[in-house]
Amino acid sequence: MNRALHPGAWWLWALGLAAVGSRTTNPLMLGLVIAIAGFVAVTCRQDTPWASSYGVFLKFGLVVIGIRVAFHVLLGGIGGPTVLFALPEVPLPDWARGIRLGGPVTAEGLVFALYQGLQLATLLCCVGAANALANAKRLLRSLPAALYEVSVAVVVAMTVAPQLVAGARSVRRARALRGEAVRGIRAVKVLMVPVLEDAFERSLVLAAAMDSRGYGRNAGLPTSTRLLTGALVLGGLIGLCVGAYGLLDGSAPTVAGVPMLALGTVLAVAGLRTGSRRVRRSRYRPDTWGAREALVVGSALVAALATVFSPAGLGGSALSPATVPLEPPQLPLLPALGLLCALAPVLTPERKTP
Amino acid sequence: MIRFENVSVSYPDAPGPTLSEVDLHVPEGELCLVVGRTGSGKSTLLRAVNGLVPHFTGGTLTGRVLVDGRDTRTHPPRELADVVGLVAQDPQAGFVTDSVEDELAYSMESLGLPNPVMRKRVEETLDLLGLADLRHRPLATLSGGQQQRVAVGAALTAHPRVLVLDEPTSALDPGAAEDVLAALHRLVHDLAMTVLIAEHRLERVAQYADRVVWLPGDAKPVAGDPGEVLAGAPVAPPVVRLGQLAGWRPIPVSIRDARRLAGPLREQLGPPPTDHPARHTATPSPAGHRTRNGRTAPPADTHTGPDNGTPLLRAEDLKVRYGTVEAVRGIDLSVGEGERVAVMGRNGSGKSSLLWALQGTGKRSAGTVSVNGTDPADLKPGPRRRRIGLVPQQPADLLYLHTVAAECAQADRESDQPRGTCRAALDRLTPDIPDRQHPRDLSEGQRLALALAVALTPRPRVILLDEPTRGLDYPAKTRLAEALHTLADEGHAIILATHDVEFVAEYATRVIVLAEGETVADGPTGEVVTASPTFSPQTAKVLAPLPWLTVTDVATALATR
Repeated sequence: MNRALHPGAWWLWALGLAAVGSRTTNPLMLGLVIAIAGFVAVTCRQDTPWASSYGVFLKFGLVVIGIRVAFHVLLGGIGGPTVLFALPEVPLPDWARGIRLGGPVTAEGLVFALYQGLQLATLLCCVGAANALANAKRLLRSLPAALYEVSVAVVVAMTVAPQLVAGARSVRRARALRGEAVRGIRAVKVLMVPVLEDAFERSLVLAAAMDSRGYGRNAGLPTSTRLLTGALVLGGLIGLCVGAYGLLDGSAPTVAGVPMLALGTVLAVAGLRTGSRRVRRSRYRPDTWGAREALVVGSALVAALATVFSPAGLGGSALSPATVPLEPPQLPLLPALGLLCALAPVLTPERKTP
Repeated sequence: MIRFENVSVSYPDAPGPTLSEVDLHVPEGELCLVVGRTGSGKSTLLRAVNGLVPHFTGGTLTGRVLVDGRDTRTHPPRELADVVGLVAQDPQAGFVTDSVEDELAYSMESLGLPNPVMRKRVEETLDLLGLADLRHRPLATLSGGQQQRVAVGAALTAHPRVLVLDEPTSALDPGAAEDVLAALHRLVHDLAMTVLIAEHRLERVAQYADRVVWLPGDAKPVAGDPGEVLAGAPVAPPVVRLGQLAGWRPIPVSIRDARRLAGPLREQLGPPPTDHPARHTATPSPAGHRTRNGRTAPPADTHTGPDNGTPLLRAEDLKVRYGTVEAVRGIDLSVGEGERVAVMGRNGSGKSSLLWALQGTGKRSAGTVSVNGTDPADLKPGPRRRRIGLVPQQPADLLYLHTVAAECAQADRESDQPRGTCRAALDRLTPDIPDRQHPRDLSEGQRLALALAVALTPRPRVILLDEPTRGLDYPAKTRLAEALHTLADEGHAIILATHDVEFVAEYATRVIVLAEGETVADGPTGEVVTASPTFSPQTAKVLAPLPWLTVTDVATALATR
């Protein structure tokens, strides 16, 4: 059966890659992550409108790198002995001490900024790959029924963005017919009015369509059950927050750690379960987990573990190359090998739908 | 099944009620057609059936609407979802999911139907509407007709007893419209579904209707036998007008009925006169046509037409390609002064791409275009529009200011014309549009007129219009055709893309039919449109083999007899 993979599998896979990206500033590793994400996205994507989103995120990543470097040049940060050039420094008043405008730009600082920008770009590429591979709308369909209203709101919000882009494009083209090449701040005004009007109209039409197709039919649950659900979910969330805080902060009392976390989880699950009974909906052909999903998620898990738990001798020390003094980045052996495992989804059977 | 009891709908800031005192009963298994001028409250009536009016739109509804015994006052739209299926005007805007199967299942998911039932109904609906090949396709990649069928299917899967459709065929080419209507016809006859349709293109639907409800806008609605009601309404398909002209009883609404009555009229008319002043008749196009059938004396052969010796617009081997899709594959075209050309063809056959490429703003991958010797794509947008103007499919895209007066003033400024040029052009097209009106509040016809006036302001010689008759009622279309006649007589060359065969009969001197980006027919209107039943106007079908295409032509012919 040529079914698309569970969207959750792709997002977990991307999360694994992102975990690797967030643990290293080594440009070789980051480049590898970007390359793998791109290769898998291009190989495994289906013929869908969102399949080209990887490229968009990649460009966005380049912009982020540019911004990060520009900020470094203007505002400084990490310094070093190798001064490349110096910008005129703007004297700032006393209260702004600690902030520097202009001044010397060093090779070390520049490389550091580049590494950091590249790290952000890598995370963006992971999101882009997940977007290209899995339909975010389908992912939201897999949420518990109690969160149904929330997921619908998110879906609607997500459809607005591409519509705005398409709308802006057609309006811009139409504006060219009026003999104006609209640019700059005027373009915003000229394009905004028709584009936003169009978007508002569309969302009203969509809301009407959803309403007439039975969205939000009330199952008529008594108030007491609704109150119980609310209390359970709220209590569960508080428990989760306190538990997470207790676990992360070593000085917190032990009782605030694992026990609170467990209690919070139980409460939240109970809340979602009672809440799910409220929404009487069924699901058409729900996505299922199978061997291919396990392979995809497992491959990313291997990659993440290899990076996170890599001993210093096997490449753990090369994950964050020093910038002061500058040294060429080494390829961390074990993490890189682990990362290559994340290519495994390419091996899963061909699933391009006809 | 549907019962309106003394229903009036009014909105707080409107001058009068949108609907007043509607008493209507649509019994089960009836296909009821709602007609009326633009803005007469058709959509309001339809949306009152499932409670969107007033639950969703606001406003005040007095009286009572009962659907399958449920009062819409106590039942909001979502509680009526299992009884009423609504298909809105723009199917794409109403899609909630993004693949065909999911969209079909959405209503059933909301109703909480168990999975096996959903699977069964989705399969049934895919077959019923011929969508099986498209089941995994993303909705955004479907053509207009396919999207419309998915929208109908999505409403059907909940097994409603009533189906309500707002202009289901207005965006479709004739073939796709036939598909959708055939599916509806089948639902009514096989499943006894009650169907309520509002539509402007009456020539497509009137024949299927069991009953017609005419909303005059300012008086009580009139319901009754299709022929009788349409004859009294300002909007009626050509076949009804022809029946009125010839005095046929009962007034026919289908080609079959009309043809059986048309014998005497054909005898009275034929053989065709040699000096017939038909407005649609062809001028020999400089590009030359491929077809010339040997009809004895069609009016086309005797009509000389305006001087078109010098082509204003010439395109050679024009190609447009988007990624791997070839939208236009090598079109040669030459259009002279005073020619009124209609470009027809399926949804997605490359009509829009051709117009945009000719204008120079759109993409062109290969080939040459010259307007009076200049390639418009080489010009800056400003000088370009002085040579060739285009009115896009959504005229509102051209407009962005808050009043009609501001739009006109802006158009004068950007085309370096004296103040008032645009306003004068607008007044010639549609007089009496108030200066202070917001362009969004204009009717479809008025908005189109404003966009056309804006395009005409820099005085281009060639005008292109993309699908201008969408949402226009018959009087508005006739006015548009007249305006385009005048422009052509003044020496403009006009090319428009359309699906509307009746409008083409009224307007065009020459028709080009595209299929998959290639020209399949190019010739005088009379020859091209009568060559295939899909593109043939009703009058021609009724009177064939006589060459008249519009009721006006027949009336003129009868008057001179």
